Amino acid sequence: MGALTKAELAEHLHTELGLSKREAKSMVEAFFEEIRSCLRENEQVKLSGFGNFDLRDKRERPGRNPKTGEEIPISARRVVTFRPGQKLKAQVEDFEGPLTY
Amino acid sequence: MTKSELIEQIAMRQPELSVKDVEAAVRIILDDVTDALAEGGRVEIRGFGSFSLHYREPRTGRNPKTGDPVELEGKFVPHFKPGKELREQVNASRALGY
Repeated sequence: MGALTKAELAEHLHTELGLSKREAKSMVEAFFEEIRSCLRENEQVKLSGFGNFDLRDKRERPGRNPKTGEEIPISARRVVTFRPGQKLKAQVEDFEGPLTY
Repeated sequence: MTKSELIEQIAMRQPELSVKDVEAAVRIILDDVTDALAEGGRVEIRGFGSFSLHYREPRTGRNPKTGDPVELEGKFVPHFKPGKELREQVNASRALGY
């Protein structure tokens, strides 16, 4: 089974809602762009039932080049974390596996 | 930002779509991602990131009230890995003072 992509999501909006292909594609783009734009402004995004996209500021910490073993500090950065909601967690935890990827 | 605010924002930017259509579209997108994961699939959104499942080994937990040990089965949990573009944009926002 291949991964779900924006193209499939748009196709589904086209068949399910009767949006034109162009509208469906633009809707899918707008969905992810809107979330990204919020996160870019350091604002959390909460999608009830699905999960929350949170931002965390990390301090600089010691790191290592795994190939050479050389010590290099990992710079301070802001990262996105995803906390799945109850409903999403409940839906996936009974998957029997094994994963195909 | 909440789901309803997200719907409003998208509706403002997609004037050719009714709020009802945007609402339905957001629900379908989130349901499709959920269903793909529930079937053990992956979701790959270029420029945004990917969703997949991670396996958690069975372990002995504790009832937080009584402290009694509880056997917990192995399970799958959803995982999101931000894509390069999202990672870079979010990290750049730090430098911009957001």
